[in-house]
Amino acid sequence: MNDGQKVEWKQIAESAEFKALCLHKRKVIIPATIFFMLYFLALPVLVAFCPDLMKHKVGYVNIAYLFALSQFFVAWLLAFLYVYESRKFDKQSQHIIEKFHSSLGAK
Amino acid sequence: MNIAVVSEGMSRASLTTIAMFFAFVAVTLVITYWAARKTSGASGFFAANRSITAWQNGLAVAGDYMSAASFLGIAGMIAFYGFDGFMYSVGFLMAYLTVLFLVAEPLRNAGKYTMADLLAYRMRPRPVRAMASFSTLTVSTFYMIAQMVGAGTLVALLLKGTGISYPMAVTGIGILMVVYVVFGGMLATTWVQIIKAVLLLVGTFLLSFLVLKHFAFDLGQFFESVSKVSYTDKTGAAVTADFLEPGRKFMPPWGHIDLISLSLALVLGTAGLPHVLVRFYTVPDAKTARHSVVWAMLIIGVFYILTTFLGFGAATIVGQDNILVDGKPNENMSAPLLAQALGGDIFFAFIAAIAFATILAVVAGLTISASTSFAHDVWTNVIKHKSPSDPKNEVRVARITALVVGAISILAAILLGDKINVAFLVGLAFAVAASGNLPVILFSIFWKRFNTVGAVTGMAVGLISSIALICISPSIMGTTPKHFIQMDPLFPLTNPGLISIPLGFLGAYLGTILSKPEEDAEEKFMELHVRAETGLGAEKATPH
Repeated sequence: MNDGQKVEWKQIAESAEFKALCLHKRKVIIPATIFFMLYFLALPVLVAFCPDLMKHKVGYVNIAYLFALSQFFVAWLLAFLYVYESRKFDKQSQHIIEKFHSSLGAK
Repeated sequence: MNIAVVSEGMSRASLTTIAMFFAFVAVTLVITYWAARKTSGASGFFAANRSITAWQNGLAVAGDYMSAASFLGIAGMIAFYGFDGFMYSVGFLMAYLTVLFLVAEPLRNAGKYTMADLLAYRMRPRPVRAMASFSTLTVSTFYMIAQMVGAGTLVALLLKGTGISYPMAVTGIGILMVVYVVFGGMLATTWVQIIKAVLLLVGTFLLSFLVLKHFAFDLGQFFESVSKVSYTDKTGAAVTADFLEPGRKFMPPWGHIDLISLSLALVLGTAGLPHVLVRFYTVPDAKTARHSVVWAMLIIGVFYILTTFLGFGAATIVGQDNILVDGKPNENMSAPLLAQALGGDIFFAFIAAIAFATILAVVAGLTISASTSFAHDVWTNVIKHKSPSDPKNEVRVARITALVVGAISILAAILLGDKINVAFLVGLAFAVAASGNLPVILFSIFWKRFNTVGAVTGMAVGLISSIALICISPSIMGTTPKHFIQMDPLFPLTNPGLISIPLGFLGAYLGTILSKPEEDAEEKFMELHVRAETGLGAEKATPH
């Protein structure tokens, strides 16, 4: 679509729409990344430094196994939430592409 | 257990394994023939015309990723060390959140065929591509030799008494992977990976079902017996232990720190593995790339949760005292022997055949990513950078590279043989990917000031520090006969991630701020930024 024609990258980069998209993405991705890194690294750190807590029995299993198993469901949940939220990114991107494609194409 | 009956059963099983494996090979060769007829042009060969759908790519990513080390290795580690083995399972899945949030979409939007496309976009392309390709080839070669040696060893174990030797098996697998890649390109590789992922899931489900059936479908009874696993320890004493408790493999003084280091390498390394990254170029757009990561996460997650049943099942039903090869304990045989105990010889054969299919799909993925990197980055953009691009020639170079890569891997696997520690090579690949590749990928996407010197320094520091640390770690240095260097290790951790990953980031950062700002790179950052975030001007799917 834009191949072969000069795209005004700077114009897009400085547009309000593009800035809004980046801000929106940052608001989702940065907290999500920090959260999952902490949640995941908590597992080996707790295993390393609080072994007695992790060995504590809960029903048939122990806290270590339950915490490890919970990681799978947290990963899936975060992935689904991200996909849900990113539908808005796609709309914003589409809008940007259409807007600038038509304005640039008209030149 | 009567030994004579076991070995007779094994050789009957071996013939069934071979028959099943050849059925798999026949199907994949038909696919390769079909793919070869459909594949034309560079985008076809390197990226399957970007025509793979989300669920297909999800399965292919899973098939590309879940190596024999996962299937046999993790089941074995859980069987022998309990909970600590399960830590790998968790890390292997969580790693995909890094891929999903940070890497997959920008990569698809701004690149063409390789990881280096993204890095070279706004830098001086030649040094960056050369370094990125060197890193890709290093990671792929280590990983490939690990898989080939694993395959050869497996053959020796699973096909005992059939006359198929280690070199024959390694050569056979090497030839097959080269055939898939040379003739069928990315499309054939993708379908080999999809079929393998389905087979692996079916096998894992069946095996887990039989384990649960053994415990009368009572999870309580299952975990009850996991908490009381009996085995004979090294001193010959009978021990009963709770296998759900952490700390059976990663023990103080350094083991628990090693576990943290390993976790870091797993969660950050996957997003820097070249053979995983190239898969995101095979889909039509970033949205499909994103959805394919989620598909992959579902499949990979289910598989790794089920390793609970595979590993603990082997620990409780077979017992590690019975997981032996030639009278010596062998972790890798845990899953196959569990299959034999629960489903008999035919099921053993089925699981063994799946193990071969698994290796084949992974090495095919490694071969295509290594050859794409050499052809696209080194040949076209470093060596022939002055002549106009010639996609036909690029594909030809990639095919030749695949042949060379295949030959080197076969030779290396035969020459190194069982002298090499497979887990160590896989760990090295993850460490290099996390320390050398990921920092520069992230800085390229998110840091405007980042420049060529920073990118090359980052990759070099990450690569060299992880290799150097592993060379002085307990994997290489030690006082038992299996160690290369007969000396006490200078570095206490087997996994260098904890040190080498920060070093990789630091190298990329210092290289950048200590060198002159690159005006071009910063100007082009704007373009890369817009492309990566919106998908404007991204490579399109090509009609075929």
